[in-house]
Amino acid sequence: MVLRIGNAQGFWGDQIDAAANLIHQSPDLDYLTLDYLSEVSMSIMAIQQEKDPTAGYARDFIEVVRMLIPYWNRGLRFRVITNAGGLNPEGCAEACLEVLRSSGVHDKKIAVVLGDNVLDHLRSDIDNPLFRNLDTGDSLSKVDKDLTTATAYLGARPIAEALSEGVDIVITGRCADPSLTVSACAFHYRWKWEQYDELAGATIAGHLIECGTQVTGGISSSWLAMERKTFIGFPIAEVDARGNCVITKPPGTDGMVNEQTVKEQLLYEIEDPGNYMSPDVNVSFLSLELREDGTDRIRISGAKGTPPGETLKISATYRDGFKSEGLLTIVGDDAELKAKLCGEILLDRIRRAGYSLEQTRVECLGSGDATLGVMGSQHGLRECVLRVCVKDQRREAVERFTKEVASLVASGPQGVTGYTTGRPKVRPVFGFWPCLIRTLDVKPTIKVMK
Amino acid sequence: MKLKELAYARSGDKGSNVNIGVIAYSRDNYLFLQMHLTEERVAQYFSCLGSRKVKRFDLPNLLAFNFVLYGALEGGGSVSLRTDAQGKALGQAILQMSIEAK
Repeated sequence: MVLRIGNAQGFWGDQIDAAANLIHQSPDLDYLTLDYLSEVSMSIMAIQQEKDPTAGYARDFIEVVRMLIPYWNRGLRFRVITNAGGLNPEGCAEACLEVLRSSGVHDKKIAVVLGDNVLDHLRSDIDNPLFRNLDTGDSLSKVDKDLTTATAYLGARPIAEALSEGVDIVITGRCADPSLTVSACAFHYRWKWEQYDELAGATIAGHLIECGTQVTGGISSSWLAMERKTFIGFPIAEVDARGNCVITKPPGTDGMVNEQTVKEQLLYEIEDPGNYMSPDVNVSFLSLELREDGTDRIRISGAKGTPPGETLKISATYRDGFKSEGLLTIVGDDAELKAKLCGEILLDRIRRAGYSLEQTRVECLGSGDATLGVMGSQHGLRECVLRVCVKDQRREAVERFTKEVASLVASGPQGVTGYTTGRPKVRPVFGFWPCLIRTLDVKPTIKVMK
Repeated sequence: MKLKELAYARSGDKGSNVNIGVIAYSRDNYLFLQMHLTEERVAQYFSCLGSRKVKRFDLPNLLAFNFVLYGALEGGGSVSLRTDAQGKALGQAILQMSIEAK
């Protein structure tokens, strides 16, 4: 029997009922994985936790657990692995336990994985060369006072250890996305952590399903030609004892799984395909073989693994001012020209109000500006959307901008419309600071919550 | 001829870098693109993004290439002021690229 692992959440904000739907469509699943974390979501959680110390995790997950209860009550045995814990896995687990108890479920156990939060470590060792920004080479001292989060990407090991405690739900903070899947495989097949080819195969499976419907027809180059698109099935990886897998989706769901959708997702957000690095194993994609294995089934084999490096990746974030964007629709002859002029007028008014903004951007959407004119620019438009985006360290400067946008409805050209959503919002900006830490300096622990 | 006749694509971000996977429809197309879809050509096509380096990784087993455009996203994610701060649209953009005819 192969191990069947589904993914029902590709990002924080994905379909809330995906988990219940997936388990309804495929009641024989062994594991459900749910991925909530991105660079930005950690910062949002940090703000929430500042206001309320019991917050700091993906609250959506509590609702997911509530929706899964009827399926557990029917006797299904699936287990759940998620990184919904964000900055507060214990808080997340407590909220889950509360929901379970209040629904009369007392036999489910939850474990949390801790130890990914390395903010204090970074703050106490600012000059450590490993903490330099991987992209720019800048020293951490440049942003240390503005740091909001710093978490290390943990691997599959602590999760597998938690599973061996017999728990039904494992909640982690930051963790490499594919490791959610790898942990289930390594635990189930009792792999040793030196079985690099097996771990590599499971990492490929995890990489393919971690973004939910992106491997089952979502954002495919052939999306338009796909027959049914409304309820695209969430993905399932069937992983065998050697780490080879079949990617598929529940029968009867919309979407598609074929060589194209799998290749597209294999190439999603990777750098060197000969050396895809995870905390568990470094994977080569260059020996992978794909073949069809029935309708909506693609078999992937041949992954090669080598030992992981001696460092883990850290994703840190820091405060970097505020931004806001205003949108207006411009209709009529010379719409593009009018849009550009409106954008300039708007920024000029802000300047005259005494604010020289740190960064501004005027886009005429519809003319090719969303891709900076790469595909060639469209002229002679009779309709386009003006988008003005500004950023500044001073909240009041950005606020001033948000108050000015609507004025163009009365003072701009005829045909300015589409301003019904009110003033644009001011949003805090979080810079992303990728760096490294010695694996030895990170000590993951697990805690079974009761 | 446009690239979309020979291949399909997917793009995404890693911090301020973007990667664009280009997958050929056939082995012939792959071999042709290996010659013509060079790092230089892709760097030139996307020059307005302000990328500091473009690297191509070849995956002959999948008839695919992975292009990484380093520093192409102006800080990326939450920092960039662009509509496409995460490079999600660049897969579609590369498919519109003109390739010299076979």
